[in-house]
Amino acid sequence: MHGLLDHRLVFVTGKGGVGKSTVATAIGLLAARRGLRTIVAELSSQDRIQRAFDREVAQFEEVELAPGLSTISIDPQHAMEEYLRVKAGPLGSALGQSRLFGVFAMATPGMRELLTIGKVWELAQLHRRTRGAAPYDLVIVDAPATGHGVGLLRTPRTFAEIALVGPIAAQANAIAATIADRAFTGVVAVCTAEEMPVNETIELNDELAGDGLGLDLVIVNAVYPDRFDGAEAEQLAAVAVSSESSGTRGAVRAALSEHARAQTHAAQRARLTEELAAPVITLPYVFGEELGRGELEALADALQDATR
Amino acid sequence: MSVAELLDGRRVCVCGGSGGVGKTTTSAAIALGMAAQGARVAVVTIDPAKRLANALGLEQLQNEPRRIAPERLAAGGMEISGELWAMMLDPKRTFDELIDRIAPDAQRAADIKANRVYRQLSSAVSGSQEFTAIAKLFDLQREGDFDLLVLDTPPSRNALDFLDAPGRLTSFLEGRALKTFVRPPGGLGLGMRVLGRGASPLFGVLRRITGIDLLSDLSSFFGLLGDMTDDFSERAAAVEAMLKAPSTAFLIVTSAHDHAIDEAIWFRRTLQESGLPFAGAIVNRVHHDLLDGGEPDDLAAPLAAEIGRSLGGRVIANLHDYHVLARRDQRSIARLRRALGARPLLQVPHFDDDVHDIAGLLQVTRYLFASEDERARMLADVVS
Repeated sequence: MHGLLDHRLVFVTGKGGVGKSTVATAIGLLAARRGLRTIVAELSSQDRIQRAFDREVAQFEEVELAPGLSTISIDPQHAMEEYLRVKAGPLGSALGQSRLFGVFAMATPGMRELLTIGKVWELAQLHRRTRGAAPYDLVIVDAPATGHGVGLLRTPRTFAEIALVGPIAAQANAIAATIADRAFTGVVAVCTAEEMPVNETIELNDELAGDGLGLDLVIVNAVYPDRFDGAEAEQLAAVAVSSESSGTRGAVRAALSEHARAQTHAAQRARLTEELAAPVITLPYVFGEELGRGELEALADALQDATR
Repeated sequence: MSVAELLDGRRVCVCGGSGGVGKTTTSAAIALGMAAQGARVAVVTIDPAKRLANALGLEQLQNEPRRIAPERLAAGGMEISGELWAMMLDPKRTFDELIDRIAPDAQRAADIKANRVYRQLSSAVSGSQEFTAIAKLFDLQREGDFDLLVLDTPPSRNALDFLDAPGRLTSFLEGRALKTFVRPPGGLGLGMRVLGRGASPLFGVLRRITGIDLLSDLSSFFGLLGDMTDDFSERAAAVEAMLKAPSTAFLIVTSAHDHAIDEAIWFRRTLQESGLPFAGAIVNRVHHDLLDGGEPDDLAAPLAAEIGRSLGGRVIANLHDYHVLARRDQRSIARLRRALGARPLLQVPHFDDDVHDIAGLLQVTRYLFASEDERARMLADVVS
């Protein structure tokens, strides 16, 4: 994976609707196959990954999906309670359950993001704060959509600037240093080969560069196969008009439509390769009704092939 | 039902939905269609495709609606009898303008804008986009320059973020929770003291964990805000009244993907529970059933006869793939329809290319503004 799996912490981000969760899980499967103890962290409480593996949804706990692959859904409120329990014992527990304190903490700008990324950071530590928890070799974060994703990566630093002293500032500084360490933390952009997602990926790259970070890999998801060459497309275009069978006309139009998309995909992919220094790989469109374990394993295969 | 009928008598149209379903395009297409019918319409968008923004002449961020030159639209094949205006939201600037408007004097506004907590609040935090989008919508509506405002909600994974985030930020600005912890001393601008209830252990832990500077920053921020928190509360109430008014319409935009449909159903339910006026759903990128109940392989023989076995075989392979998506889409739409009951559901087909120019936008507009019969005819044209 172009060294991606050598990081301990990998953020997977991209425009909404491009298949971030799917790709994050496929990376997780591939890492687990290579013998890395891996966890995929979801931040949106959707528990999509557990559902893809037909698991009973267990929120906010580390759940093993397959040998070597776990998942967790991170929630700020829950992360705060855990943090307080570990840091301040019974008093912290009481505080964590105090409604007033909860409102205060959650209303503090950036606090939700800091708590979330704090939990991610904790998962990536060799010495886990959570008692009895074994360390992971790789933590993959199914991060929020591009704009919010960058905000999330930036949170510890901005927070450290607000809270100049005290444990939170120290914690935020430690997390910020971890994120800035490009050997430790990797960033993957997922996009589809369309105008807007490609623009967003290029902008994301610029924004990360502004923060001293960068993209380690770009994964172009859901790329259509191109089954027809130019001459065939012309032949089909003629048939789409001339054929007397409406079934044939429909089938040929569908073929032309997918051909047009495939052409767009190739052009957009070329834009990415041109504009970005990071390696760009593609994953095929999965023509399936639903993404289950089988499709995810197939995507992991495709990832493996793409990076060979 | 066409969008024109859905929006009849409405002044505000909010397009919600999860990320990547085509909200921006749909919002622009709706605004364009309403302008074509004679209304003065402004669309407030967050992040349009660059080429679309360029096509509309929206390169610069102005944070105020700008009129789209009718010649541009005419060149794309659309004559409009009304006016189409558009703006790209600049959240930070909208926030600053809000402070300028509410602050009692320029000095206080400047102090607030220089405050660290404010700077974080207005730029880095998720929620500021949602908050400022609504704030802008509210101001435009109050100024009353437009017959209709169309809001393209910020991109987020969850459609519901849009409904939750402004409230979270508002309650922070109102400072209800914080006033318990932080009491500004008599005058403004003096050093703020952070007061706990004596040496209450709760407060001790809070101090130990958050660090004193954060608290004093917050304290000075709320000191600066002072009575302005009441203005925020008043505004929040007025904004809520605007969103709940019968002249407002919430449209749910979705794709036919399972998870987008899940979100749409959930979003609809939340609108209902919150007393927000839901008007209908728009499903984008629908793959229509080309086979009318048949199977792709039924066409293998006729295709082979017409274009040869090799090319015909690949057309059939493509049709198999397409048909999987068509079946999925029809099933998803049926599921959404059940959840919506009698509420309108409009379908826009999966076009050959993403919409990023005026011609593409017009194509969407034509579907959205067609009557049921016209739409059925247009779809029939696509499939046969």
